[in-house]
Amino acid sequence: MAEFFGRLWESRIAVAAVVLFAVGFVTLLLHRNLLKKIIGLNIMDTAAYLLLTSLGYIEDRLSPIIRNGDVDPSHYVNPLPAGLVLTGIVVSVSVTAVMLALTVRLYRRYHSLNLDEIYATAQKEHGV
Amino acid sequence: MKRKNLLERFREWDEDRFDLTAMTAGELHRKEPVKVQKSPIPDRPVERLAEGETRAFRRIFPVLAAVLGVVMITFLLMTVVDLPPFGAADVPSDNEVVRRYVADGMRETGAVNVVAGVILDYRAFDTLGESHVLYTALTAVLILLLSAGEPSAKKDVGSELLHRDGIVTMTASVLVPIVILFGVYIILNGHLGPGGGFSGGAVIGAGLILYAIAFGSSRMERILNLRSFRVICLVALCFYSLSKCYSFFCGANGLHTVFSPGVPGRILSAGLILPLNIAVGTVVACTMYGLYSLFQRGRI
Repeated sequence: MAEFFGRLWESRIAVAAVVLFAVGFVTLLLHRNLLKKIIGLNIMDTAAYLLLTSLGYIEDRLSPIIRNGDVDPSHYVNPLPAGLVLTGIVVSVSVTAVMLALTVRLYRRYHSLNLDEIYATAQKEHGV
Repeated sequence: MKRKNLLERFREWDEDRFDLTAMTAGELHRKEPVKVQKSPIPDRPVERLAEGETRAFRRIFPVLAAVLGVVMITFLLMTVVDLPPFGAADVPSDNEVVRRYVADGMRETGAVNVVAGVILDYRAFDTLGESHVLYTALTAVLILLLSAGEPSAKKDVGSELLHRDGIVTMTASVLVPIVILFGVYIILNGHLGPGGGFSGGAVIGAGLILYAIAFGSSRMERILNLRSFRVICLVALCFYSLSKCYSFFCGANGLHTVFSPGVPGRILSAGLILPLNIAVGTVVACTMYGLYSLFQRGRI
């Protein structure tokens, strides 16, 4: 057990990412409010970025910007996760924008952000 | 007063609906509100069954979701134990691809910032796809919010209230030039240090949004309306695609290109990376302002 927690402490950033991911996931599932669901999804995105960037970090190394012509790879951290996270952030912004636009349309139509109410109203309208 | 149990309090906290009707009065009152009938016992047995099902589902759903969250966290933590320690040097992700990027990146691309070299030269098509994702998202929002076709939605509610405010106007007139200048610096410095098209474009977009908040979107519309917006995004994305196609075509066939890496460390170096950063930054800035404008008043 002590070994388990020792390993967890060694990869503590990943643990933080896991906790953030679970918080976002439960927020996404639990809330009936559409805006809070979107917030939950964004928290999950953040967890993924945290995990990726933490995997690229190497102790006692510099950020991947070449200094004084020194191109020894063992002096710099991994530059690839930064590029991947950049992609992720852009996609997350786009997805959030589309989700918010859909929410605006739903609110205009049903005058509610509560998923249950929207569903009930839609069912009544279609006579199910 | 009866004490509410935890679940009930949670539900009340969860279901507080924002009073959007009061915030944008006039815009939403025109439409006849949809009436949600909340009869405690519906007449038809089918409806009663559905209502009971919904109620039971809502009671067990938070519990199930919490259990699911705990189970998921446990499994993920069991996986985390097998990950290499944080900050370790001999991790599998630090492989020959990454070493080659760092060792030869500056010589081959001319960019001092290895990340810029990777995302705008080695993996430039990835970044092109990203720009297109942003533009597609903006188009989707445009379709969703423009076709609503409500004349009342076109009123510039927020800005009309705000742009007479002396504090906001004064702060913005000091801050907007600095913010936009800083964004331009980040874009132009993308191949020399931390920065690049995405971050710089986001900063410029924030500056444009601040300007629109302080001085009203109608002023902003003289510079950036839907027409100029389309032209700017189209030119930037086409320039990106064509120049990168040319560079990849020449590189794959061993031909000589007109873009040379130049002297690393100078502003005018790194071949295509600086123009591509500018193109990406333009698209991102336009998208940021376009999203704000669409959500705020339903048009660009």
